[in-house]
Amino acid sequence: MLNVDIIRRQGTFTLRARFNVAAAGVTALFGPSGCGKTTTIQCIAGLLAPDGGRIELDGVCFYDAAARAQVKAEHRGVGYVFQDARLFPHLSVRGNLHYGAQRSRRAVYASFDDLVAMLELGTLLERRPNQLSGGERQRVAIGRALLAQPRLLLLDEPLASLDAARRDEVLPYLTRLRDQLAIPMVYVSHQFDEVLRLATALVLMRAGEVLDQGTLTELSGRESLRTLAGADRVGAVIEAELLGHDESGLLRLRVGAGELRIPADEPWARGTLRLHLLARDVIIATEPAISLSVRNQIAGRIESIGREAGGSDLVAIDIGANQHVFARITPAATQALELHPGKPVWAMIKAAAIQGHSFAAPARRREL
Amino acid sequence: MWALSAAEWQALTLSLQVAAISVVCNLPLAVALAYALTRRFMGRGLLDAVVHLPLVLPPVAVGYLLLVLFGARGPIGHWLQAKLGLELVFTRAGAALATAVMTLPLMIRAMRVSLEHLDPGLEQAARTLGAGPWDRFFSVTLPLMLPGILAGAITAFAAGLGEFGAVITFVSNIPGQTRTLPLALYTALQMPDGDAAAARLAGLSIGLGIAGLVLAEYLSRRVARRLGR
Repeated sequence: MLNVDIIRRQGTFTLRARFNVAAAGVTALFGPSGCGKTTTIQCIAGLLAPDGGRIELDGVCFYDAAARAQVKAEHRGVGYVFQDARLFPHLSVRGNLHYGAQRSRRAVYASFDDLVAMLELGTLLERRPNQLSGGERQRVAIGRALLAQPRLLLLDEPLASLDAARRDEVLPYLTRLRDQLAIPMVYVSHQFDEVLRLATALVLMRAGEVLDQGTLTELSGRESLRTLAGADRVGAVIEAELLGHDESGLLRLRVGAGELRIPADEPWARGTLRLHLLARDVIIATEPAISLSVRNQIAGRIESIGREAGGSDLVAIDIGANQHVFARITPAATQALELHPGKPVWAMIKAAAIQGHSFAAPARRREL
Repeated sequence: MWALSAAEWQALTLSLQVAAISVVCNLPLAVALAYALTRRFMGRGLLDAVVHLPLVLPPVAVGYLLLVLFGARGPIGHWLQAKLGLELVFTRAGAALATAVMTLPLMIRAMRVSLEHLDPGLEQAARTLGAGPWDRFFSVTLPLMLPGILAGAITAFAAGLGEFGAVITFVSNIPGQTRTLPLALYTALQMPDGDAAAARLAGLSIGLGIAGLVLAEYLSRRVARRLGR
């Protein structure tokens, strides 16, 4: 468990960061550029000194202004993946991977062979960093950081310097590490899609302040995340249990009290699937529709109706099992359908609009 | 006509020795100074000026300052002789010292070029991987300085072969002890029949200088390529 409660002044900018990070899984620090995310994790790593407060990891104090205590970066055992990889140009990939491993005296939980296999670095080992693509470089940087057997891994927008294709190439490796290694990670990003695919928990930041903290499912219903993610990303994030495939090959997922069927672009076998149901893709009907191409209909009850900044209404629908979906409709539609909190409705979701991301439950943290 | 006499061979080997000794003794100092000069600290400007002084002072003045400090009655020279038995005036060691002082700024300048290209982020990365300050210097900074160190060493060696003013002022012109290539050339010019010898020694100096510069360029390019620049 990481506890951060720091203040740092840089000219006219003041950072006040206070949050906790769970003992396993990926906690995303999400917010617009310049909100203090990188400064925060540099303070956690010890590359920058805060002006006050306290940082503590698993009961070990890294920084305490009151006690004038500060542990040097090289003694914290905190791994750091930089935006620009920062591989040592005079060493081969193998030399880079060994650099941290040779200097670590902590118990080995990620062996060289395991990480090379997990990150598929086997064919790259004898190459020099300048012979690698951007995505390969980032994979080596991640492997190098993990081989030092850190107690915590910080990732500072590791995909930001990559184009979309390279980003999609590296993301699956990060999800794999999240699901197979029991090490807590803090992932800095301003890309909501990355957060959606990786994060188990979320810390929202804006202008040097922590706005909100929680799981993605919790936050997807809150104003704070809606503001930061942008109007066209407003929607419900649902962790849906996989039930199997139907006769036509569609994936069957348990959502609320009902079931969703979506096309599968990958053969999902186990665990949960994280779905992002965008509010603009959800349609409200006051009775089940039969003559409609939309096949996914979930019964629920309106919980609230809120007016958005853009002038449309955002309707929250309780679909049972503690889950919600959101629908964005015009105020005229709200009136015509006589929608009000408590009214039973059907949420209709076009299957093709749903994006699912595999999400295995994070591995239990091994004792380090 | 082009065959070297025994005395000329002696001058050549002495020059090579003096230049080699000065380079070897200068290297650790130059690396430390070049590295220090990329950092911010009090008195950095003053240190920078002192180090570069030999570039702008007349070499004779440098030789004079060396006499004052390192001569038999100079404060440092006296101490060296009393404690270590090291005699500098009129000796090969003294010639190497004068050469070292004169070539130090050249060496540092070559090293600073490669230090300025060095990404400070790499040292940060090394820190997060558990490397302390000395470890970082020897495992990251020094290997990446290597092209500059090589270029600096070879340039200083080539320039050291030709150091004249400071050497003749500090340690005089003694055959077999301090008569290096340029001093032998100067001596030949003073002789009525020394024209052929002067031509040979001048040609030799030019050849050595060009070879040094070409080698420096070639080696630092090779190393730079290996480092992926």
